[in-house]
Amino acid sequence: MTGQMLTIEKLNSFYGRAHILFDVALEAARGEVVALLGRNGAGKSTTFRSIMGLVESRRGHIAFAGQDISRRPPHEIARLGLGYVPEDRRIFTDLTVMENLEVGRQPPRREGASWTPERLFALFPNLAEMRDRPGGRMSGGEQQMLTIARTLMGNPAMILLDEPSEGLAPRIIEMMAHAILELKKEGVTVILSEQNLHFASVVSDRAYVIEKGRIRYQGTMKELAADEDVRRAYLTL
Amino acid sequence: MAFYVAQFLSGLSQAASLFLVAAGLSIIFGVTRIVNFAHGSFYMLGAYLAYMMADMWSGAVGFWGAILLSALTVGLLGVAMEVLLLRRLYRSPELFQLLATFGVVLVVQDVALAIWGPEDLLGPRAPGLDGVVRIFGLPFPQYELFLIVLGPAVLGLLWLTFHRTRWGTLVRAATQDREMTAALGVNQTWLFTSVLFLGSALAGLGGALQIPREAVNLQMDINIVVEAFVVVVVGGMGSVTGAFLAALLIGQLQAFGILIFPGITLVLVFLVMAVVLVVRPYGLLGRAPATARGESHALEPPLYPAGRGLQFAGLALIVALIALPAVLGDYALVVLTEVLILALFAASLHFIMGPGGMISFGHAAYFGLGAYGAALLVEHFDAGMVTGLVVAPLAAGVGALLFGWFCVRLSGVYLAMLTLAFAQIVWSVAFQWYSVTGGDNGILGVWPAAWASPKWVFYYLTLVLCTGGVLLLRRIIFAPFGYALRAGRDSPLRSDAIGLDVTRYQWLAFTLAGTFAGLAGGLYAYAKGSVFPTLLDIPISVDGLVMVLLGGVQTLSGPIVGAAVFHGLETEMVRYTDYWRLLLGLTIILLVLVFPQGIVGALQSRLGARFSPRLREQVAR
Ligand SMILES: Nc1ncnc2c1ncn2[C@@H]1O[C@H](COP(=O)(O)OP(=O)(O)OP(=O)(O)O)[C@@H](O)[C@H]1O
Ligand SMILES: [Mg+2]
Repeated sequence: MTGQMLTIEKLNSFYGRAHILFDVALEAARGEVVALLGRNGAGKSTTFRSIMGLVESRRGHIAFAGQDISRRPPHEIARLGLGYVPEDRRIFTDLTVMENLEVGRQPPRREGASWTPERLFALFPNLAEMRDRPGGRMSGGEQQMLTIARTLMGNPAMILLDEPSEGLAPRIIEMMAHAILELKKEGVTVILSEQNLHFASVVSDRAYVIEKGRIRYQGTMKELAADEDVRRAYLTL
Repeated sequence: MAFYVAQFLSGLSQAASLFLVAAGLSIIFGVTRIVNFAHGSFYMLGAYLAYMMADMWSGAVGFWGAILLSALTVGLLGVAMEVLLLRRLYRSPELFQLLATFGVVLVVQDVALAIWGPEDLLGPRAPGLDGVVRIFGLPFPQYELFLIVLGPAVLGLLWLTFHRTRWGTLVRAATQDREMTAALGVNQTWLFTSVLFLGSALAGLGGALQIPREAVNLQMDINIVVEAFVVVVVGGMGSVTGAFLAALLIGQLQAFGILIFPGITLVLVFLVMAVVLVVRPYGLLGRAPATARGESHALEPPLYPAGRGLQFAGLALIVALIALPAVLGDYALVVLTEVLILALFAASLHFIMGPGGMISFGHAAYFGLGAYGAALLVEHFDAGMVTGLVVAPLAAGVGALLFGWFCVRLSGVYLAMLTLAFAQIVWSVAFQWYSVTGGDNGILGVWPAAWASPKWVFYYLTLVLCTGGVLLLRRIIFAPFGYALRAGRDSPLRSDAIGLDVTRYQWLAFTLAGTFAGLAGGLYAYAKGSVFPTLLDIPISVDGLVMVLLGGVQTLSGPIVGAAVFHGLETEMVRYTDYWRLLLGLTIILLVLVFPQGIVGALQSRLGARFSPRLREQVAR
């Protein structure tokens, strides 16, 4: 099966009375890596949280793998094969690495990759040495790896990565890029939000630029790299 | 020596029972964040059910079967409560959850009364464990030894469940971050329901195991739930191991406290809790709650000074209250006087809960201090009513000043428990310092001065003082002090950063609230002509909470409406039915389900804030 993995049309989201997203439209094809770029407060995280059903009040059409998920609760969306890695990592600090992985575990799907802790330790070798360490006693980079590994335990067909490179050392960022490209090889669709244009351009095929809750630009990563004006208007500080 | 060993052992067996109940409470709180007042009721039901079943069946199989089956049955009742009630309240403010579970307490009280009657029921001995063993020559019941072993065994089983099963791992994950757990594909609905089963079953087991030890009666619920709260709070909310340690500590305190300070073990227990909470604000093994992940952050709506509509309504109300004695009989006047007093009491509680953001489970302390302040003057110094009414708020204010210093250092459930602890301390002093307070017999003959003794005169006196008090509290809420207080509630960090000393404002607010509650208490003493320790007891604190919550915490007129509705309901129900608790409980549950913002809160959003022009402008924009 080919075609669109995720289709979002006219997504509007609210926090209380504050209108945050305005008619956001976004698509990701199967196996694609798509970047969602924007400055602080542009609405990247809100977009992801809306897709996952974590924003109380959202309107619009969200289809994942051919199913309408715009009214489903978060756990059902996750079980359909949509993984979410939040920007602040949200490791279960009392639980060990292995237990964190256990929380994310879901039965294998008919198609797509099927992850085991051993396979994930191969992808993130740092984690292999700290299986029984509580999540609260890990460095930021290790936590970032764990949060991605935890989501992969659900064998998702697609994952939403919210600012995977944020606050990480260059060496760890490199590992992240490597991991994302590995996922792409496995056929996992990825949408990642970023402020780090360089990181995004290394891993993604296409990009959207969001500002003040509206999609302002979309195109291939190459086109964006060439478009000085868009970058200046929406991305650089 | 032998005696002390025996005492130590009985402390241990006491600890085991306490642990079972507290562990259940702690587990339920950990995942659902609901402080389940009904937990004690499940304990009581466990005891009644076990009594009933053990009575029907005989022999060892009958007895032990009864114990297990009643635990399971109570677990299922917990499931029913979760599915029918709690599930609808996970996003409500924690006070509403509390109120709802308190409604369940009332319902269970009357259901148990209807089924098993008011008498103490004595269960059978445990077959196979009905003998004694000699320890240093002194007889010690085998059954108690069994309980001593059971405690650690249950702790071990729980530990294994939480650390060696997928279910346990998911529960621990959800305890920390519900939203993330859901985003990983975990169905929380099911998880919460199963947690309620386990927690309630533990309470039921704890209750069932009491039948060979003590008589089953209708007072079991509140007693145990207060003790279990203490254990959970001392151990750290959500920590099962903490609950175990705390249960050991409290068990020993009770066992040896009786020797050293007979009669005031309760004070001792609460003092220890107060010390633990001041030294370790989140309990022995507890941790500061993570910033409430995955809970809805309902922002407190702003408060507005009375608009013209509300001012008019208030004026009309006062005029009506002034005119009423002309048409009302003495009985109605007495009820109305009480409503006025309760309105002031509720308004003072609202003052710390709404604008102050501090939940108090122990506001009765200040009501009672006021009442006792006046009554003791009458009793021992022959003081007049005016002196009494001056001293009442002062006495309560001093009490609140003292207790408040400790309380404002904590927040949330911990603060609430500490207020409860202080209230219970005051209660036990009043209850047990026989020579001064008359203990259980209370103090009689606290009558108004001769000029104020006609019912209508006392009514007007109450009207003036209570209206004045309520208006003054309102005035304070809209003074700079009130704004600072609300700023501290909504954003303690930022308030600190702009130089507001939040703790000090809260302390002052606590003291003020206590003072006005004391005035209400003083009036109440003269209205009734007597005071009893019950004025300081948990039900009064809870009545205050119910009144505030019925009216709506974030509305200013709420407490007054709440007091009127509550007292009216209670008075009417007591008149017409023996099962007023059942009715009241069901009413509370219904109100919480239908009006999650309280009556006035619901009216406000329904009417589009007709009473407040500024709010209307804001909505229109
Ligand atoms: N819980 C909330 N309540 C109200 N407003 C919010 C909430 N969370 C975010 N916002 C607002 O929504 C807008 C979008 O925020 P969002 O977190 O989606 O941005 P972002 O692009 O992820 O930014 P960043 O790069 O800083 O993570 C911001 O203006 C923010 O202030
Ligand atoms: Mg973000």
